[in-house]
Amino acid sequence: MTFLVLAHFVVALCAAPLVRRAGPRAFIVLALPPAAALLWALCQWGTVTGGGASSEAWTWIEAYDVDAAFRLDALALVMVLLAAGIGALVLLYCGSYFAPGTRQLGAFGGNLLAFAGAMLGLVLADDLMILYLFWELTTVLSFLLIGYDSEKRGSRRSALQALTVTMVGGLAMFVGFLMLGHAAGTYRISRILESPPAADATLSAALVLILVGALAKSAVWPLSMWLPNAMAAPTPVSAYLHAAAMVKAGVYLVARLAPAFADVAPWRPVLLILGTATMLLGGWRALRLNDLKLVLAYGTVSQLGFLIVLAGDGTYNTGLAAVTMILGHALFKAPLFLVTGIVDHAAGTRDLRRLSGVGRTLPWVAVVAVVAGASMVALVPLLGFVAKEAAFEALWHGTVAERWVLALIVVGSALTTAYTLRFLWGAFARKPGVADSAVHRVGPLFLAPPALLALASLLLGPGIGWAAPLFEAYAAQYTLPAHPYHLALWHGFGPALGLSALAWAGGAVLFAGRDTVARLGRRVAWPKADEAFGRTVLGVERMALQVTGAVQKGSLPAYVATVLGVMLAGLLAVLLTDRPWHGAPAPRAWDTPWQAAVAALTCACALMCLVVQRRMKAAVLAGLTGYGTALLYVVQGAPDLALTQFGVETVSTVVLVLVLRRLPVHFGETLRSWRRVASLLLALASSLVVACAVWIAAAARTADAAGAAMTEETAHHGLKDVVATILVDFRAWDTMGESAVLAVAVLGVTSLLYVHRRQGPAPGTPPALPGGVTAWSLATPAIEVPPKYRQTAPERSWLTAGDTLAPEHRSVVFEVIARLVFHPILMLSVYLLLCAENLPGGGFVGGLVAGVALMIRYLAGGRHELDAAAPLHPGFFTGLGLALSTGIALIGLVDGTVLHAWTWHGRLPLIGDWHMGTAVLFDLGVYLLVLGGVLDIVRALGSKIDQQTERRAGLALAREGER
Amino acid sequence: MTVSLTLLICAVVLTAVGAVLLHTRSLTRVLMGVIVCGNGVNLLVLATTGRAGAPPLLYPGVAHARVTDPLPQAIVLTAVVITLATTAFVLAMVYRSSQLTGTDFVQDDVEDRRVVLRAEIAEERAELRERHRGEGPRAWRDERREQRRRLRADRAFQARARDAPGDLWDDILGADPPQSPSPARQENDPR
Repeated sequence: MTFLVLAHFVVALCAAPLVRRAGPRAFIVLALPPAAALLWALCQWGTVTGGGASSEAWTWIEAYDVDAAFRLDALALVMVLLAAGIGALVLLYCGSYFAPGTRQLGAFGGNLLAFAGAMLGLVLADDLMILYLFWELTTVLSFLLIGYDSEKRGSRRSALQALTVTMVGGLAMFVGFLMLGHAAGTYRISRILESPPAADATLSAALVLILVGALAKSAVWPLSMWLPNAMAAPTPVSAYLHAAAMVKAGVYLVARLAPAFADVAPWRPVLLILGTATMLLGGWRALRLNDLKLVLAYGTVSQLGFLIVLAGDGTYNTGLAAVTMILGHALFKAPLFLVTGIVDHAAGTRDLRRLSGVGRTLPWVAVVAVVAGASMVALVPLLGFVAKEAAFEALWHGTVAERWVLALIVVGSALTTAYTLRFLWGAFARKPGVADSAVHRVGPLFLAPPALLALASLLLGPGIGWAAPLFEAYAAQYTLPAHPYHLALWHGFGPALGLSALAWAGGAVLFAGRDTVARLGRRVAWPKADEAFGRTVLGVERMALQVTGAVQKGSLPAYVATVLGVMLAGLLAVLLTDRPWHGAPAPRAWDTPWQAAVAALTCACALMCLVVQRRMKAAVLAGLTGYGTALLYVVQGAPDLALTQFGVETVSTVVLVLVLRRLPVHFGETLRSWRRVASLLLALASSLVVACAVWIAAAARTADAAGAAMTEETAHHGLKDVVATILVDFRAWDTMGESAVLAVAVLGVTSLLYVHRRQGPAPGTPPALPGGVTAWSLATPAIEVPPKYRQTAPERSWLTAGDTLAPEHRSVVFEVIARLVFHPILMLSVYLLLCAENLPGGGFVGGLVAGVALMIRYLAGGRHELDAAAPLHPGFFTGLGLALSTGIALIGLVDGTVLHAWTWHGRLPLIGDWHMGTAVLFDLGVYLLVLGGVLDIVRALGSKIDQQTERRAGLALAREGER
Repeated sequence: MTVSLTLLICAVVLTAVGAVLLHTRSLTRVLMGVIVCGNGVNLLVLATTGRAGAPPLLYPGVAHARVTDPLPQAIVLTAVVITLATTAFVLAMVYRSSQLTGTDFVQDDVEDRRVVLRAEIAEERAELRERHRGEGPRAWRDERREQRRRLRADRAFQARARDAPGDLWDDILGADPPQSPSPARQENDPR
């Protein structure tokens, strides 16, 4: 079975190249998989009619007890006959229906065949999850098939509507499946049916949800509007999906579950009421439409309602009638659709007001249609008659409610008779006042599929005795009543035949007065469900817009306030409900008086940040809070941290100054006072609450700190600096991640600064500034030195490129100091790196310190000096560092785990014992990366900005010269 | 375990100042906010190390029990370096913004536009109320409806950052290509 289902999809994948090569004839090949499935199913006939079943299962998701289980029993066999048999015929029909060279035909053929495979999987599935999988697959494929003519908005709209309605229903059904599977303890359908869970509210809810899905799929009112709209699809699709296969999926599911659940609370009333209503509304609507396909579509809606009633009633007799009717309906509705396709193809229209005399010119087509129509009307020797007799008989002997339903169904049958007559008359009769339609000839291969189906309707009526064992095998799942119904063509004169006659007579009357009925129908037309659907979709869209517009205000302060507010509200809610502060020890005032002193200064700096108006001042104050924090680290006993913080603050303060010199001096922002007070209150409240949370969390702590274990472990290995060991060993993954973040952030900085201008004037090369002249010297008047102080500066440069700066910007003292300290600082950085295990230090600090050394060169000698000091591109350092640390981490895989560390010991003359670990190499990677990052930042925010300023000054100078 | 009140207070002040600065629209101030707030949060993490103690450097003679908890320190250390990267990034944004727009303000504040619109509408409404005094609210229902429509349209504009066209079906499904044959559509269109 699995193989058969999969074969459909495999062949479907080959459909496009096949069709490209062979044209519509390729559909003969595409019809092979369903034909094979049909043959295989017929071979199982003996087993299945004997009450047996053939099944197979593969374990799929073991943890959730979901198996890829398939099972062929009587009901499944009926459905396979429909899905595979009609599928094969429809695919053959496609070969004649489509002209060679039709656009997108390959994809269409593939979709249709894949749909047949999905349908086969759906009816064979014995696991709720597998069933759901194929169910949604049919939905998606039907979306593609309905929207085949994607150039037309009508098609797109219909496809979207069908998808939305059936998918929403499917989602509800999925939840229902989960609930049902949970209640039953298994997802295997056959086991659930054997021992259904006890009826309770959960089961009722699950069944209602499942029914929503089934009714949406089977287009039962009020979810029926998508089916008529789906007639935008090509006719073969309508015949297959909307008559034989997909819409039957809902009926199939109801019939599948009814033996176990028909007696559970809302099942029977829901299905009987909705089914009857659908039958009446659909039939009534079909009487006033002029498009042949739409007449059939509403007829299908009506018949589906009838089927739902029969399948949902859940007794032996109605079950028997239901399964007979499923087969009967497919065998008459599919040929009617196919005939409509032929008429449309031959005459070029489906409008019954414009068609005339087609019956004369296409007699065989008319014969096929009349036979199928007779089965729909349930005339005597046809399968439709047998099925309808069974239904009437079953309901006649039922409860009071069933008799009421029967009365309405007889009315519905009269409507069926009327619209069938209207269809046949409309398609084939010669109408007064209308010229005969010009038709072209219809080939035998085109007519064969509907003819075969109609012939089956005709033969199965008298030959019902041959098919009856199959239907009875399904009905045997219900408790056998005292007088079980036997399927037969002729039961003699009785109430059922009387009701049938009533329906025929009523239908004939309705048909005779067809113009009046159509006028009446248009006058009392109900508000269309279609419009309601459209309004709902638009309403949802509009509401989404309004909600998004109200929430996504596009204002940064508003977002910050929202984030803080949500955090505050969440923490407050927890704190106020739990009141966890009972019994928490009060925090101690301070650890040492130094702590209080430093904290007070830091707070003062921070508060001054709020009121200053000058950018530089604010930057310096922010930097001071950083230095204050570093001092607090020292007091707390965290020298590694303090060292890093000093390095970071130094670099960031310098960089801040470098950039802020290019910005206006004052902030120039005025805040409305109420806004400022509100933000202050919000900020203070959230900070206080977070601090409270820290205090309470610390007080509630009972376990020992994890750090103590790390300390012991470090001591065990003979290392000394615990923090550095944590960074390169215990939590090296973290370090790697943070390094990568650093690299990415630096990339962001450079891409913001080294951006290429795509528009605007082409970047011509500005004239070079005169030697020794910088932008600064152009902006400010040169300092006039009195002649007596003019001395020639010593012709000695301390820095490689120091003389590229304007003389008034050079500071000999600074240059000398830079020259002197550059190499010692670099040595210090290497020392900090290599001795990280024994002293405060490490890759981060070392890289920062090396970066500071380069920065000093830049500050003293300008951007050319920076290039001279670091001739390599910063990206080289960053990339090398990242590659090194990643490589070291990956080498650990040799020993089975990422980031495994090795250590070597040795002895050198003069130096003594030494040992080295891969951790140092890892740290070297971090060092290089941080160095590259700092260098890149200085180059971008220092050199590049200088360059841009100089360029602008050069252009200004050139303009001035022109004037 | 107890925490130091001094550290907590310092952290509260720093984070509160940082949050206030984050609320402003000048990107430089936002950057200061990021720096100060980051320092405050680092102090909060540091406060969880417990009592101040000896540095976690295990020289001979150092009692392991007196050593401070090294784990929060390691976590803060990486955070400090990331703060540097963030600072540089926001700084580059500040520079770029001032280069492009001449100011470092966060531009395109649609909320402000809506505040202006609301104020406008409130003013109009007051004027209308004055004009239709004594006639009851029904007299100027249409004007009020028009005002509400303007507010709604503005919200929708904000949500999709462009105007919503009149036909939302076109919006959901996309319009037909212009050369699409329309008679066929009508024929197939079941409505």
